[in-house]
Amino acid sequence: MVEHEHTTHSQGFYIAIGVALLILTITTAAVAFVNLGPFNPVVALLIATIKATLVVLFFMHVKGASEKLTGVVVVSGFFFLAILLSLSLADYMTRSWR
Amino acid sequence: MEHEAHNPALLHHFSDAQQQKNAASLGMWLFLVTEIMFFGGMFCAYLVYRLAHFNAFAAGSQQLNIWMGAINTAVLIVSSVTVVLAVKAAEAGKRKLLVGYLVVTVLLGMTFLVIKGFEYKEKFEKHHVPGPSFSFTDNFDDNGKQIPVNPKEAELFFSLYFAMTGMHALHMIIGCGLFGTLSVLAWKGHYSPNYFTPIENAGLYWHLVDIIWIYLFPLLYLISRHT
Repeated sequence: MVEHEHTTHSQGFYIAIGVALLILTITTAAVAFVNLGPFNPVVALLIATIKATLVVLFFMHVKGASEKLTGVVVVSGFFFLAILLSLSLADYMTRSWR
Repeated sequence: MEHEAHNPALLHHFSDAQQQKNAASLGMWLFLVTEIMFFGGMFCAYLVYRLAHFNAFAAGSQQLNIWMGAINTAVLIVSSVTVVLAVKAAEAGKRKLLVGYLVVTVLLGMTFLVIKGFEYKEKFEKHHVPGPSFSFTDNFDDNGKQIPVNPKEAELFFSLYFAMTGMHALHMIIGCGLFGTLSVLAWKGHYSPNYFTPIENAGLYWHLVDIIWIYLFPLLYLISRHT
């Protein structure tokens, strides 16, 4: 019998994460209708990032993965995205628009 | 030559099944990183133009159907749950349960695409499809104050809307094809607790497409909704 680690949690755990994601979806839609001024997009992106983190850690089994390189690759992906966005915006946002 | 007993799915250039599994998973993750950068380019374009033409983008966003967007988000979240439960069923060797979850995943994916189709139809009817028949006469409502919006800038919002949701929908179609294929193979008994790597890796793909939608929904549908 081949050795393999049991990476999966219980069924109830995954359903609970799913319910949390649904609640966060309702929250983000509801908060969009509240006037928070410049913080509306900040809150929306924050909630989206929490949702994405839950999916990456638990649904994609990154937390508790036997291969440590997985975490490095995931972080590097988002790191390069951050470079793309921040340096592009640094260019465009420091131009004087018409 | 002596041949030790091993997992029949183990290829000989790997030392053991766990290493082979890790290598496959790493390969899929590297592909997913390229997908993040691929969509990242469009997110970057969206960000630049949203900052430059906020009023037009907010007016365009207010014209999107928030209910269809929210329901689609919920559909994808439920489909991610069925995907992870499919992996769990594969690991436990429960073939019928595995096939069930895979099929439900495909059905949920198709539900997403059908709702998207209705959304696109609505856009078509309102003349919000970029091109010669594009027409945008809605103003940006800033707390009761009607701000006229440059239709060219609104057309830019809808171009990005169709490009980003269209590319996402293409990935959903590919995902449905993948999971449909896996359903057939699982039914035929290709997967066991010793080998269910394709289910896991296809699951990674599906989850990433879900994550992309998790970001698309607030960025496209929820701009300045409080006004």
